[in-house]
Amino acid sequence: MSKLTIPVRKFDAVIVGAGGSGLRAAIQLSEAGLKTAVLSKVFPTRSHTVAAQGGVSASLGNSEEDHWHWHMYDTVKGSDWLGDQDAIEYMCRMAPEVVVELEHFGMPFDRTDEGKIYQRPFGGHMSNFGEKPVRRACAAADRTGHAMLHALYQRNVRANTQFFVEWMALDLIRDDSGQVLGVIALEMETGDVVAFHAKATVFATGGAGRIFYSSTNAFINTGDGLGMAARAGIALEDMEFWQFHPTGVAGAGVLITEGVRGEGGILRNSANERFMERYAPNAKDLASRDVVSRAMVTEINEGRGCGPNKDFVLLDITHLDPATIMKRLPGIREISIQFAGIDPIKAPIPVVPTCHYQMGGVPTNYKGQVVSQDATPIPGFYAAGEVACASVHGANRLGTNSLLDLLVFGKSSGDSVIDDLRSGAIGLKELPADYAERTLSRLNRLNTQTGGASVNETRLELQRTMQKHCGVFRFKDMLVEGVAKILDVEKAVLRTEIKDKSQVWNTARVEALELDNLIEVAKATMISAEARKESRGAHVRDDAPDTAANPNGRDDVNWHKHTLWHRESNRLDYKPVIMKPLSVESIALKTRSY
Amino acid sequence: MGDREKLNRLRWRCTRRAMLEMDLLLGEFLDRIFPTLNPEQADAFVNLADMEDLELWPLVNGSRECSDPVQAEVVALLRDVRVK
Repeated sequence: MSKLTIPVRKFDAVIVGAGGSGLRAAIQLSEAGLKTAVLSKVFPTRSHTVAAQGGVSASLGNSEEDHWHWHMYDTVKGSDWLGDQDAIEYMCRMAPEVVVELEHFGMPFDRTDEGKIYQRPFGGHMSNFGEKPVRRACAAADRTGHAMLHALYQRNVRANTQFFVEWMALDLIRDDSGQVLGVIALEMETGDVVAFHAKATVFATGGAGRIFYSSTNAFINTGDGLGMAARAGIALEDMEFWQFHPTGVAGAGVLITEGVRGEGGILRNSANERFMERYAPNAKDLASRDVVSRAMVTEINEGRGCGPNKDFVLLDITHLDPATIMKRLPGIREISIQFAGIDPIKAPIPVVPTCHYQMGGVPTNYKGQVVSQDATPIPGFYAAGEVACASVHGANRLGTNSLLDLLVFGKSSGDSVIDDLRSGAIGLKELPADYAERTLSRLNRLNTQTGGASVNETRLELQRTMQKHCGVFRFKDMLVEGVAKILDVEKAVLRTEIKDKSQVWNTARVEALELDNLIEVAKATMISAEARKESRGAHVRDDAPDTAANPNGRDDVNWHKHTLWHRESNRLDYKPVIMKPLSVESIALKTRSY
Repeated sequence: MGDREKLNRLRWRCTRRAMLEMDLLLGEFLDRIFPTLNPEQADAFVNLADMEDLELWPLVNGSRECSDPVQAEVVALLRDVRVK
């Protein structure tokens, strides 16, 4: 096997992923004169960053007084104190600079009458350390992510970044010392497998929201960077933390905005009961996201779900005047008709809590360098955006901080590559003799498998297992069972079979390779979640309830620490949360309440 | 590139998009409606699939109209797709 060779292309830097963070990193590298390749499964402006509509936060103070330190406080609190305070300070301090830079790259931000960047309020962003809401989100109408990608892409074209579009990275190349030397990638148009040999490798592959059956994430989000990192022996951090939205269309995952409940929408179970009256007698259907999601899951778990599998509840607006629905919620009516096959004027919409964002990822520091457990950088390896865990989002992400994360850590990872090259910390080392062996064996296994498992069915089994056993509200026994089940799913993933063995545009092969990545994320998530015996941020367990000793179920004595999941034997380790910021005083642990 | 390869490429471009809504709609359309299109309509669909999601979505949800008549026919079919 070791005699098999593949073509090699050499670059200063290879970036995997062409969403916001990949494009931002690429600008830094290409403008510094480095020969930079960006690999992407799709054309860059089709990356999932487009779906981020809300805005990007920065304490510009254009509409009222604001300060990065207040933004930092909000982010630490939002993270339920699991975020690293050095990284959070760095991100919030850098925010005004990267947003203004983006403006100079041509981003068409909305403007105030005076021509400044217009800012609007957004949930969780407050002035004066949690006192009152502040206008901090900068947006380009409801197309912020889309506009951002276009501005960054144009700048890359100007800087001569080389794009490899419709290429899928398969594995990381590491040598015996652990240094990262590039990636092996597959060109979909030819089926060619090529080594991208580079001094620096930057992962910007986005999240893995497709591990859940109900997910707002586009199909592209299969956690390719996480899978590659795990297979290369790099631990994944805090993978138990996933943000959910209470109302996605059951089955499809498409979001139904909270505005529907604001207009009078009522959640009902299979007995047609308005069940929120039992869980939140005052706020009822307008209770906070967490409360609503938990109530929905409890109804489903206790057998009061709807449909043949009793696995969703109903969002009912049939009591509203059809004219009101047509006037105030026309988009939602369209979505219900197209994605649930239901006209909400006539029948209620099936909904279920739906996965939205991944807080954990490949462990990095605030410089975008991937780090080992003792915080030492892994030479040649960098990551930014949803694939990375810096950790700025901790146990839960604040809205508009995801686009900020892309800009700040995309840029800092690029700067770190430049610094590490200048200092001689990294350089082009020789490829090990057997560097392609593992990838070629994996491809060969897939090409020769007979009597194996269907990729589609196995992926569905994975997604259903994650949804049922490790969803928005978690139960001890379900998690224990879930670990056993997901390890069973892994056995099927190891023997997937594809009927099409051709080379050119073999999408069946690509989907099987994506599944290889999904399973790594699913295992990391389930095993990390089962082990964390507390509730914190987005990780909520029934056996860690709200008590006087542990408000909201959070157990700082035993669990104020980051999880590290190692693929090898599914081992878990923990490392301390960095409580010391870069220049200000630590924000001390406190109960998180809004 | 043969027909199978072209169809696979189109499938990739229909189901690996920026927005989940478009993955679902275009994927469903490709499976159920695309085989029934005439050659002009098929070409129009390929062109639609090449558009970015935030250009295509307003056509599908009816907030913008198509100028090209064949494209309008295909968009009308796309609007009728029900993802189940």
